[in-house]
Amino acid sequence: MLSRVAESIYWMSRYIERAENVARFVDVNLQLILDQPTGMQAQWDPLVATTGDDEVFEDRYGEASREAVIKFLTFDTENPNSIISCLRAARENARSIRENISSEMWEQINDAYLMVTETSEEWAMAEPHQFFTDIKVASHLFMGQTDNIMSHSEGWHFCQLGRLIERADKTSRIVDVKYFILLPSVSHVNTPFDDIQWGALLHSASAFEMYRKTHGLIAPNKVVAFLLLDREFPRSVLYCISKAEESLHAISGTPLETFSNSAEQGLGQLRSEFAYAQVDQILHSGLHEFLDAFQTKLNDVGEDIYKTFFALRPVNGESTQSQSQK
Amino acid sequence: MTRFDGYKTDGFYDEMFFEDGSARPAVQMLVERISNFENGEFIRRQITAEHALLRMGITFNVYADEQGVERIFPFDLIPRIIDANEWEWIERGLKQRIHALNLFIDDVYHDQKIIKDRVVPADVVLSSERYLEQCIGLDPPHGIWCHITGTDLVRDGDGQIYVLEDNLGCPSGVSYVMENRQLMKRTFPQLFGMSQIQPVEDYPSRLLDMLQYLVSDRVISPVVALLTPGIYNSAYFEHSFLAQQMGVSLVEGRDLVVMDGYVHMRTTKGFERVDVIYRRINDDFLDPEVFKPESLLGVPGLMDVYKSGRLALINAPGTCVADDKVICSYVPEIIKYYLDEDIIVPNVPTYMCWEDDDRKYVLENLDKLVVKEANQSGGYGMLIGPHATRAEHAEFAEKIKENPRNYIAQPTLALSRVPVLIEDHFEGRHVDLRPFILYGEDIYVLPGGLTRVALKKGSLVVNSSQGGGSKDTWVLSGAV
Repeated sequence: MLSRVAESIYWMSRYIERAENVARFVDVNLQLILDQPTGMQAQWDPLVATTGDDEVFEDRYGEASREAVIKFLTFDTENPNSIISCLRAARENARSIRENISSEMWEQINDAYLMVTETSEEWAMAEPHQFFTDIKVASHLFMGQTDNIMSHSEGWHFCQLGRLIERADKTSRIVDVKYFILLPSVSHVNTPFDDIQWGALLHSASAFEMYRKTHGLIAPNKVVAFLLLDREFPRSVLYCISKAEESLHAISGTPLETFSNSAEQGLGQLRSEFAYAQVDQILHSGLHEFLDAFQTKLNDVGEDIYKTFFALRPVNGESTQSQSQK
Repeated sequence: MTRFDGYKTDGFYDEMFFEDGSARPAVQMLVERISNFENGEFIRRQITAEHALLRMGITFNVYADEQGVERIFPFDLIPRIIDANEWEWIERGLKQRIHALNLFIDDVYHDQKIIKDRVVPADVVLSSERYLEQCIGLDPPHGIWCHITGTDLVRDGDGQIYVLEDNLGCPSGVSYVMENRQLMKRTFPQLFGMSQIQPVEDYPSRLLDMLQYLVSDRVISPVVALLTPGIYNSAYFEHSFLAQQMGVSLVEGRDLVVMDGYVHMRTTKGFERVDVIYRRINDDFLDPEVFKPESLLGVPGLMDVYKSGRLALINAPGTCVADDKVICSYVPEIIKYYLDEDIIVPNVPTYMCWEDDDRKYVLENLDKLVVKEANQSGGYGMLIGPHATRAEHAEFAEKIKENPRNYIAQPTLALSRVPVLIEDHFEGRHVDLRPFILYGEDIYVLPGGLTRVALKKGSLVVNSSQGGGSKDTWVLSGAV
């Protein structure tokens, strides 16, 4: 497979996943606010923090109001991580590799993009739940087509890799931000509101129902364990990096538990760290520090994927940055 | 009572109707069917079809248009129909033409017999911008230079079909032929069942066969790639469509590198050799070491590999010399010289401004003529005399006097028309026809081709960059 094509597939898939994650946590926050005790300040800034773009946001919008945050994360074409920018980038990538993905996949991405460009901001603000649901469904349709139409060969594995690395990153950020906000609110501990807040965290990763089936009652450490360390839930960090590792090895042909390049080495180390971690130890030594370190290492893996598979062409002296496409 | 009541041919040759409003034999069934549609049904199908084009992303890029970089190529549901007899004549004419043009190209890059025998003046060939000295003496596989041609045909007011130009460079539009057909089948399934329409769907297989035919027998499993300038090229959709349909790699110049005497693609598993390149970039940009040094689209060293015979390029570099509009006007002589036959489908009569008598006539009759630059296409660099202002006439007169070799003129043809859906009724619009010809083991003409239609009322310019649209083209297989 052409290096350029592999890179485009990887980013196409990452951007679709990113758009879906943004849609999901904005939607959850909107609903969460409906359940808030009256008189409590609505929290919108954590949402921006989750995307890691808080500085850009502050420069451009200042106060984190409902309207400003939704606009920034959804329709702002100048925010490279807004839903519309992600879908645009996904589509541009897809367009450059149309002959490598099926027509159905292309049409699905094109549809999703056209849908967002044709949606008026007023309508989206008035019917946010419907709008964000449409985005999530579009992403799921795309992933479903990818799984069911595309041969599970190299291209599909690059798709997996992009999607899973993006998802691992986003789940870890959601946990990081939410935990930071939820923990200090001692006054709410064991109140119904506390339960709702932790529930919302699970909803942000579409994990609520699966969590209930596994752990029943909501307890902060179990929520964190579920989102980071569960082996079966497909949005948990451990699940994502394990599957990403499998795809990486399927691409290179190197057996698991060995490595032939730095991407495999880095991801393998990261996966074992999670596989043998225990939630109470993580919480004890500092969740934020743990997740911060994780995100750095995951970025390095992205970097190594780039160097190993995509950079066979002369690089025009660009600086490397793993959170967005070169 | 038909949907076409009130439709006027306005004195033009209409591809569907006689002057008295009765349908031509080949289209009678179509006219009946369309007339049977409920009110609004036809319009609804037209809207559905346009929406499908947008969804499928069948678009072309408009340069210098930042926001809506892509537009759909407007599509009109009324097909253009060609009966079997006429098509048989067109097909014979195109095969003859391509056969002779190929011999001509090979000759001008080798012995130049046609020049020595004074059939085509040396000046005309050697002064052409498109005559590439770098290609002298090259021997493309099987002696074929023009593998893919998209010859433009037009029909004048008296019903005569002429060749307007050959487009030997990188003719585009064949993807629209196939997509238009698919769309028509979806929109009018019953109609297809009833008509005997020659299929176009096998074009990608024929194209791939032709491309693989060019590889020497020593190569066991030849690797074919399609070279595109990238997603911002106006024909990018077509490049990607053809690569997908043939199952070959779509590459950009930056994906390729010359190493150890071969061209390679950069892949996730290292370098992979390429044997055949169907290139959709112009000669000038192919290889910065041989042609334009500033080209970023091409591959340094490509021509060396080509010369060594370890790579086939389609079309062969240098082919475009026959696209020069001055040289093109010699095609009747070229056919006579190499094949000893009379030309079947005639050229549009052409005045050559470098000849004194012709130039005098052209300058005196600018208001009646179409003037074209010898090396421009896409509807650029031309003057349509009857539609132009006095100032434009004067401007072209100056240009012609300054550089007569660079201009030709042709009578303004009353291009034939086809009905087009305009809002809720049909109006006649001018069309041309671009059949596609493949030259491999033998010469193949895709039945029909791309019918382009000038959607602006009265306009004669069918180019997509200038308000043109397209129609499906049906070549019927049986007698009417």
